[in-house]
Amino acid sequence: MSCLSIKLPGLDLKNPIMPASGCFGFGREYAKLYDLNVLGAIMIKATTAEPRFGNPTPRVAETNAGMLNAIGLQNPGLEKVLSEELPFLANYNVPIIANVAGSLIEDYVKVAKEISAAPNVHALELNISCPNVKTGGIAFGTDPAVAFEVTKAVKEVSEVPVYVKLSPNVANISEIAVAIEQAGADGLTMINTLLGMRIDLKTGRPVLANGTGGLSGPAIKPVAIRMIHEVSQKVSIPIIGMGGVQSAEDVLEYLFAGASAVAVGTANFVDPFICPTIIEELPYKMHELGFEHISECIGRSWKQHAKIAYSRT
Amino acid sequence: MKKAWMTIISQTNIARNIYEMTLEGELVDLMSSPGQFVHIRVTEGFDTLLRRPISISCIDKENRQCKITYRAEGKGTMLLALKQPGEKLDVLGPLGNGFTVDELQRGDHALIVGGGIGVPPLLELTKQLNRRGVSTTHVLGFQSKEDVFYKNEFAYFGDTYVATVDGTYGTEGFVTNVLEEIQPPFTTLFACGPTPMLGALENLYPDKNVYLSLEERMGCGIGACFACVCHLQNDPEGYSYKKVCTDGPVFRAGEVVL
Ligand SMILES: Cc1cc2nc3c(=O)[nH]c(=O)nc-3n(C[C@H](O)[C@H](O)[C@H](O)COP(=O)(O)OP(=O)(O)OC[C@H]3O[C@@H](n4cnc5c(N)ncnc54)[C@H](O)[C@@H]3O)c2cc1C
Ligand SMILES: Cc1cc2nc3c(=O)[nH]c(=O)nc-3n(C[C@H](O)[C@H](O)[C@H](O)COP(=O)(O)O)c2cc1C
Ligand code: FES
Repeated sequence: MSCLSIKLPGLDLKNPIMPASGCFGFGREYAKLYDLNVLGAIMIKATTAEPRFGNPTPRVAETNAGMLNAIGLQNPGLEKVLSEELPFLANYNVPIIANVAGSLIEDYVKVAKEISAAPNVHALELNISCPNVKTGGIAFGTDPAVAFEVTKAVKEVSEVPVYVKLSPNVANISEIAVAIEQAGADGLTMINTLLGMRIDLKTGRPVLANGTGGLSGPAIKPVAIRMIHEVSQKVSIPIIGMGGVQSAEDVLEYLFAGASAVAVGTANFVDPFICPTIIEELPYKMHELGFEHISECIGRSWKQHAKIAYSRT
Repeated sequence: MKKAWMTIISQTNIARNIYEMTLEGELVDLMSSPGQFVHIRVTEGFDTLLRRPISISCIDKENRQCKITYRAEGKGTMLLALKQPGEKLDVLGPLGNGFTVDELQRGDHALIVGGGIGVPPLLELTKQLNRRGVSTTHVLGFQSKEDVFYKNEFAYFGDTYVATVDGTYGTEGFVTNVLEEIQPPFTTLFACGPTPMLGALENLYPDKNVYLSLEERMGCGIGACFACVCHLQNDPEGYSYKKVCTDGPVFRAGEVVL
């Protein structure tokens, strides 16, 4: 038994570290740099029913300790993901979490049904929280009734456990989380990016062609920690946490807040080797703090006595 | 492509806000094609967070050294300008597909056009072309006299003309004003600079072999984030695309929407 392994619905993770959706493409680029087999899982780029080009450029802008992006869910579409991207990833012994997006509930249902049947997809991540698409996206993630509806519809057709990705751009995140749990979700992933904007002083116009974009990186970590700390005490399904993770310390902070695993997004751009580096450092950091298994860390910030929340493998 | 520490050998201010930095390290072994770039982390902290793409302006394999030439303008490049010889830089590279020199033979003539901070990658290009026996004419455009750099370096390899927007040096106006004047004979044109300049060149020489180096804001620099994509000219509204970081930064004129 490894001190890093953990079982979550559908996911037998050798360690709790995975690249976040949209920050790792479909793995091809990073596969040139290191062996993807070291990863706990991979959350692949959002897949929509039809191919999407996304938003006009510039699509990214830097901020203090973070970045804004307005990629607009560019992806090759369901068919190509099924025929080209997933078979490529099948060369690796890594569970895949497929990020599903759409404009209508029917889109989510179609993509979820077909992609969940792919042999190496072990779980779905419903992206009902992308701030960069006009219809769907965030609209689904900010209304508890709609979030319930889309989760339930997808649960009915999915062949694998369903995680729902929460938007931080809401007043009451627990309300949404509880609605999603009641709809039958197997887990939550949180958080997606925070809606933001930057303005170019020379032109007087927003830096991003789209006007607004999603804020990610270290700047959003405290927001994510607060939300996970709150939500994890209100739901009994596990949470995969993300937002500004850069180090093993950050991972432990997420676990303490109540996450059961952690995804790394923007940091992959800063250091393409960040995931394997964190995986290597995590056991030392845990040992330093006196933990033998990551399950002891989960929810430590609010649990009276650290108890083992999930079965070890 | 590799991520490695490179040692700063020298840092020189060569024109207004323009710096030339010599870097040494094993990464140089992987560098070949002119026009490729490196992705540099300018601080180890979070501010600035993202790497900065900068072209390779000179490759010296023998000494395992290369040069980058950059304009200190924003936060990241200003931090870079403060670095001292002896310090180490976190460099990812070489990235992208540069200019193809193999298509040109001894006796061919190439026209090389650079605008502002687009000039640096063309220096390694002209060096490699001349080494192949290809002769070159250079037209470099800048804002003003104080911004002019690398004129003598280019002149070493072939005829070199300079245009400044305010007319304080060389021909007054844009590189296109010089081109109208000199009407150079050439088979292939290589250019790097502001997008309007690249567009003008594309329109000026529809029947020639034209290669343009593009700039786009980057996230990853390696093809994973979709920050730097552009439409294709034969499918301007569709789903097909090229990524500037991995398919480019050098494209054939007519290939992508500028
Ligand atoms: C392939 C490629 C090669 C380049 N080669 C050179 C070179 O040889 N010399 C040189 O001086 N510059 C070069 N640039 C432009 C250079 O990357 C930017 O000037 C630089 O990133 C600006 O950073 P900053 O911190 O000074 O500006 P800031 O405005 O503080 O940067 C904020 C953000 O915007 C991005 N950004 C700002 N301007 C640009 C730009 N023009 N292109 C892309 N991203 C930008 C930055 O990377 C950063 O993420 C190149 C760009 C590309 C894409
Ligand atoms: C360039 C970029 C693209 C993204 N694309 C997606 C996406 O396709 N689907 C999704 O659910 N989240 C997407 N995200 C959000 C990330 O998965 C993650 O939730 C967020 O960036 C916070 O983590 P970080 O701070 O570690 O980046 C994207 C983020 C970035 C920066
Ligand atoms: S910069 Fe990430 S795909 Fe080009």
